[in-house]
Amino acid sequence: MTAVPTSFYLVLSALIFVIGAVGVLVRRNALIIFMCVELMMNAVNLTLIALADRFGRLDGQIFVFMVMAVAAAEVAVGLAIVMALVHHRDTTNVDEINLLKG
Amino acid sequence: MQLVLFFVLALLAVAGAVGVVLSKNAVYSALALLLNFAVLAVFYIMLNAQFLGVVQVIVYAGAIVVLFLFVIMLIGGQLAPDALTAGSRRPARVVALIAGLVALAGLAYGLVSGALAPQTGQVQGSGSVQAIGRVLFTDYLLPFELASVLLLVAMIGAVVLARKPTKS
Repeated sequence: MTAVPTSFYLVLSALIFVIGAVGVLVRRNALIIFMCVELMMNAVNLTLIALADRFGRLDGQIFVFMVMAVAAAEVAVGLAIVMALVHHRDTTNVDEINLLKG
Repeated sequence: MQLVLFFVLALLAVAGAVGVVLSKNAVYSALALLLNFAVLAVFYIMLNAQFLGVVQVIVYAGAIVVLFLFVIMLIGGQLAPDALTAGSRRPARVVALIAGLVALAGLAYGLVSGALAPQTGQVQGSGSVQAIGRVLFTDYLLPFELASVLLLVAMIGAVVLARKPTKS
């Protein structure tokens, strides 16, 4: 259907996913870690849509729709948690956040 | 042609992703994230998912990135030092000017050549609003309704969490 092979899209999304995973591992700012998680989620969405196009079915696109709804909810709650953390600890460095440690 | 477009866009997407990881400043990270989301929206449209491409722009590039920027600005000083107030930004301004002129030229070409003229008739692609809507409201009705409950719970949770602590 498209001139671009599906495997190209899969390689691209794998690349973006790995970049996001590396970001989660190397950065210590909670907000940037959060953005990297969003990056990884979008890479997976690209995979789902590429395969939905490859097999000519809509189920993959519905799945991406649901992922987007969950991502919106997750961002709202996650950013609220970051705001609460800043109120309590005045930091977004995840190494300094050890409130649950006994 | 489509392959060339793919590689240019893929380069932009990877650049955006790397920018998110490498930016010292959280504001630049959010803007790089915006670039990545916008390029992915173009990929969705190339992959016959027109509806999801538009939703990607509205939900991710619109709502989520704006939410990130709001929080960065609210948290303020210690996170985003002199992000938008630096004085000597001449190269950035020149690049922005050139990019704006290129966009303007592209838009003018599209208008003159008629490529941007509105299409008449319905888009009947596999990922059109019509097709998605039909599947969403027949086969996937229950997950769709559950998503609304999830969004309500998330909204209440966010409000509860983001309140200023009243006690202690």
